[in-house]
Amino acid sequence: MSSPDGTAPPDRPDGTAAEEAEPKIEDLVHEDAGPTPQFGGLAAEHADHDAAQQPAEVMTESGVEAAGTTTATETGGKLELGPVGHLGDRLFGGLARGSGGLVVLIVAFVGIFLLALAIPALIDDKSNFLFSRIWEPGGDQPRFGIAALFYTTVISSIIAMLIAVPIAIGVALFVTYYAPKRLAAPVAHAVDLLAAVPSIIYGLWGILFFAPILRPVINGLSTALGWIPLFEKPPGDNVGVVFTASVVLAIMILPVVTAISREIFAQTPITHREGALALGATRWEMIRLSVLPYGRSGVVSASMLGLGRALGETVAVLIILSVPNGNDPWNSSIFAGGETFASKIANNAAEFDSPEKTGAYIAAGLVLFVVTFLVNSAARIIVDRSTPGTKRPRRNRRAGAAEGASA
Amino acid sequence: MTAIAENKPAYDGKVLDLTGKSGARAFKNTLATVLIVLAFAVAMIPLVWILFTVVSKGYHLLLSADWWSQSQRGITVRRAGGGAYHAIMGTLIMALITAVIAVPIAILGAIYLVEYGKGTRAAKVVSFMIDILTGVPSIVAALFVYAVWITVFGFNRVGFAVSLSLVLLMLPVVLRSTEEMLKLVPDELREASYALGVPKWKTILKVVVPTAFGGIITGVMLGLARVMGETAPLLILVGYSKNINLNPFSGFQGALPTMINQDRTELALPNAADRVWAAALTLILLVLALNLLARLIARFSAIKSK
Amino acid sequence: MAKRIEVSGLNVYYGDFKAVEDVSMTVEPRSVTAFIGPSGCGKSTFLRTLNRMHEVIPGARVEGKVMLDQQDLYATGIDPVAVRRVVGMVFQRPNPFPTMSIFDNVASGLKLNGVKDRKKLTEVVESSLKGANLWNEVKDRLDKPGAGLSGGQQQRLCIARAIAVEPEVILMDEPCSALDPISTLAIEDLIEKLKDRFTVVIVTHNMQQAARVSDQTAFFNLAATGKPGRLIEMAPTKQIFSNPAEKATEDYITGRFG
Repeated sequence: MSSPDGTAPPDRPDGTAAEEAEPKIEDLVHEDAGPTPQFGGLAAEHADHDAAQQPAEVMTESGVEAAGTTTATETGGKLELGPVGHLGDRLFGGLARGSGGLVVLIVAFVGIFLLALAIPALIDDKSNFLFSRIWEPGGDQPRFGIAALFYTTVISSIIAMLIAVPIAIGVALFVTYYAPKRLAAPVAHAVDLLAAVPSIIYGLWGILFFAPILRPVINGLSTALGWIPLFEKPPGDNVGVVFTASVVLAIMILPVVTAISREIFAQTPITHREGALALGATRWEMIRLSVLPYGRSGVVSASMLGLGRALGETVAVLIILSVPNGNDPWNSSIFAGGETFASKIANNAAEFDSPEKTGAYIAAGLVLFVVTFLVNSAARIIVDRSTPGTKRPRRNRRAGAAEGASA
Repeated sequence: MTAIAENKPAYDGKVLDLTGKSGARAFKNTLATVLIVLAFAVAMIPLVWILFTVVSKGYHLLLSADWWSQSQRGITVRRAGGGAYHAIMGTLIMALITAVIAVPIAILGAIYLVEYGKGTRAAKVVSFMIDILTGVPSIVAALFVYAVWITVFGFNRVGFAVSLSLVLLMLPVVLRSTEEMLKLVPDELREASYALGVPKWKTILKVVVPTAFGGIITGVMLGLARVMGETAPLLILVGYSKNINLNPFSGFQGALPTMINQDRTELALPNAADRVWAAALTLILLVLALNLLARLIARFSAIKSK
Repeated sequence: MAKRIEVSGLNVYYGDFKAVEDVSMTVEPRSVTAFIGPSGCGKSTFLRTLNRMHEVIPGARVEGKVMLDQQDLYATGIDPVAVRRVVGMVFQRPNPFPTMSIFDNVASGLKLNGVKDRKKLTEVVESSLKGANLWNEVKDRLDKPGAGLSGGQQQRLCIARAIAVEPEVILMDEPCSALDPISTLAIEDLIEKLKDRFTVVIVTHNMQQAARVSDQTAFFNLAATGKPGRLIEMAPTKQIFSNPAEKATEDYITGRFG
């Protein structure tokens, strides 16, 4: 193999003529495609034999060279039309398929394993697993139920969502339609930064700095609304209450909900927005007429994803929530302490000494798994049903079909 | 200009009010603006507050060389001194092992979904399973590994077990982001390559993946950032050790989140509090560095996501 | 209704880039004025300054005056929202609000202005849809989504939406460029009808269309790429198409352009 200027790459692996031409062909492809792609693999390949050269230069060289080689092969004799690279295809395709299969296996394995360990514990359970509030998994007569855990998990997450979603919508609108252009990107990044703070730090900050600030709020709310069991003022001066955990959870899910809402609001077609503005809509009316209806399903699914995050959050909740004393009566107030699925499991890792006890916690984990899965599926279904731009909402599609048929 | 207006009087004589101060609408508009700006301000408060707290309380320990080179060996709760080397190394080693296991599976899985399985029933099943995996709370992932690694196989609590559970959390993140990036590679590029007689696997390896490379790396970085801050698996699957232990297969191992957790109940003691906030700041810096790196790579990568 | 627009010495900038330079013209009420010219010559940009829609694009600003009868649209104290209320606009692509029914689409402008009376709304929706030559096609499915209509029907729905608020002027930015020939004809018929009540300004790439529908025609052109667009010539349509004053206009309409 020789090229006109003698700059043939020295360390090309040997192979058939067709294969030799292959790696260089991509260079041509890249040239066609313009300046966009980064050639991670190729750059490395060239670096092997041609260090310190500018990639572009190298590419042109090997491009020319490739053309030369191809011509040589074609004029040299009859064409090679046999199978090319089938072994590679089979191997690589197999690897890719295998990885896909592995994912399925892993999930199936997780599910089966958790079930297999939970079931014996559930059979031994002497009280009602779903409706009992007692948690005494050890001993000869294990009695445990998830009602209290379920209640605290769900109520804290829902309150977190109720707090986070309106703020997230506000921030998303601020970034997309209110902030001056120069401010919008830094603000968006700043909110994303909230997602980079590890949850244990939220927990520490929440209990040490935020909870004292919230105490007057809690006192006020429980005094005003104390006649509702949900807001009842419990005995003692608990700092680590469900409400505090909820507010911290709200801060934690804010970046997720904001990021998704932001994306979807920004995608509102300019034609919709101009349609509203041309009617003499104010900025807010433009948002109400075009942006919010367009982004509604996206915001709903973002909220669900946020809810899913809140349900499974462990350490922040673990640090903030004070575990009620075993002798105290159970309290449904959000101004009392409590335990969620995740905080219960993490709190009692030391108890995993017998399979029976572990099984009880695994059963609780399984319920958490199922609940988060249902919430996440709901989010996905909402997205799939009406992804803006790709599909019209259902009723519109039906109307469109009817129109088409009548025309 | 006034000359024009004088030459040609109003067509219908009617004068319009264009000052637009129609009470209720203008009020609603202003109210909405105020609320939206307020929402933004409210969202900024915790961010600034948390960062300020952690930085102001944690920065001074980070300035000493000991922090980056010493462990906490022999340092009791009340005493000052020592560093976070053991915890930083523990966090990095566990993250590295996680990445080594999760990233190839994730990238190959994404290639399967986009390049091989597109539209098939099998791909839908895989996609569904990834959705399930995405929703797995970290505590459940940790429980699962506990059940397999310790309850069934009877192994000890070690750093590698933590990595295994983190794989479950990182895998779907990287897989989904890779999938999105691969989808963004225009079909014209693939077709151009096929038209030149390049087999499919080489097209994927040399054209598709390099084009999406920046985005894939961004996904990996973000996945790593998420996994590094996880605490729950550490609590369950490995004990905290104040000593340097670089072997993830034996013995307890320190990590930044558990180092924070270790002393968090002793915050009344000034030295313990210093350590907690310094470890927190170190962890934030690590996660932030990965995030920034991801952003930088994304900015210079071939395909923009939007 | 229907007002005269007088523009004098108008420059339009996008940031530092001057997109349109020194345009002065008078648009007569109850007539159709067409803007023609090659792509990028600034005719759409100029059209958008007539109801301050260009302000949607960050960094866009104007110098000069746009008078709606005796009122300067750019004087201090003038609210662009109020301007758009009296100078309506129809866009290149039909843009009915996708989540609203046909009825709500037409009524949206009135509802914004606080009209709640159902009877009044029903009346206006009917008269607007009739005015947009759409009533007979949609009267049985007013509660169906507007997005379910064909492209041509959607565009007429947008026109109905624009005229429902009884504006003085209707601006149309290439309203037929996304439509098939039959729908285009329907819109052109409608434009003919609209000029009995409104001042109509239409931007079009289609010279036959300009010749068919307009009374006055304004030809815009750029001196060169990167230079701002300018108004070359404005005259009664007949004259522009039979005996233009400028060589550039003649070249453009006879297809010898460029």
